[in-house]
Amino acid sequence: MGVHLPPFQALVDAHAAELHRFLVASVGRDQAEDCLQETMLSALRAYPRLQHGDNLRAWLYTIAHRKATDAVRRIVRRPAPGDLAALPAAAEPSVPAHEAPDDGVWLAVGVLPAKQRAAVVHRFVLDLDYRSIAERMGTTEEAARQNVSAGLRRLRKEIDR
Amino acid sequence: MTELEDRLRQSRTAPFDEERVASQLAIRAADAGLLDIAYAQMDSPLGELLVAVTPRGLVRVAYEDEPEDEVLTELADRVSPRMLRAPARTDAVRRELVSYFAHRRRSFETPVDWTLVRGFARGVLSATARVPYGEVTTYRAMATAAGSPRAYRAAGNALGSNPIPIVVPCHRVLHADGGLGGYAGGLDRKRHLLELEGVLPSVR
Repeated sequence: MGVHLPPFQALVDAHAAELHRFLVASVGRDQAEDCLQETMLSALRAYPRLQHGDNLRAWLYTIAHRKATDAVRRIVRRPAPGDLAALPAAAEPSVPAHEAPDDGVWLAVGVLPAKQRAAVVHRFVLDLDYRSIAERMGTTEEAARQNVSAGLRRLRKEIDR
Repeated sequence: MTELEDRLRQSRTAPFDEERVASQLAIRAADAGLLDIAYAQMDSPLGELLVAVTPRGLVRVAYEDEPEDEVLTELADRVSPRMLRAPARTDAVRRELVSYFAHRRRSFETPVDWTLVRGFARGVLSATARVPYGEVTTYRAMATAAGSPRAYRAAGNALGSNPIPIVVPCHRVLHADGGLGGYAGGLDRKRHLLELEGVLPSVR
């Protein structure tokens, strides 16, 4: 027997909840569940053709990332293109901590450069330290740190604009 | 912590309805032809059963003694890893099993997917599948039906590794001298099934 792949349900059980948080952060709550379905369907389609079963989590994140990027493009295209300030709630000053997160900040996260976005989400949504982020993204710890801080700087600028 | 970081962290508490996501995924995967195996657990008088179906039919029934992850891993390796827990897809066969245990059904309509059964074992088990409710036969008779009268030990092995017990009724195969023989799920279960079908006097 060549490639051993675990039952797909095992991937869903292990990663769906975390992927959902990743997608809420990337595309907002309204779109996250649909993005998750799209991610899982794409993964299921390609699954039997995988050459090995190593690091399936990273593989799922790659797909989720692509789906999130597509969704953000669709969302951003609808209002004035490229103008983040025009997005709903993006410029609203503050949200009390007990309230549900507004989608504005997530839309802003969504248009960060890919590496910054992934790093910011891993840091603040998945609550990973820099060493784990570096492992997941295949970078150095230093690069992970830089991506997070560059992402935050840019996010502040976008939101305060 | 800055306000921005605070807002980012809040998505950790975004509600996630695992059940709904799973059932929608199963429906969409099946519609797209991407669901090769759907499985679910069910209660029975013989303990919890795991049933797995493919688009072709029932491929596996497992008693609770077999660890679930081993059963599923074997299915992934030998049939397909495109597998989801999808109770709705197994409704038909689960209903039939419930009726069988309640004496309301004597045969199963759900087709059998023989993917897990190869070679001689296939001959033995398809002959076994034709033994009617409430009747019994012998290992030798099943070996003969599969084309090798002297291979009754091999027939015993095939029956002992029947991937679809109950529905493919290997419990109806006994020793020629009337002894119960063996049963992968344990002799208590074999006795229970034979009592249920009225072959053995019920002592319960």
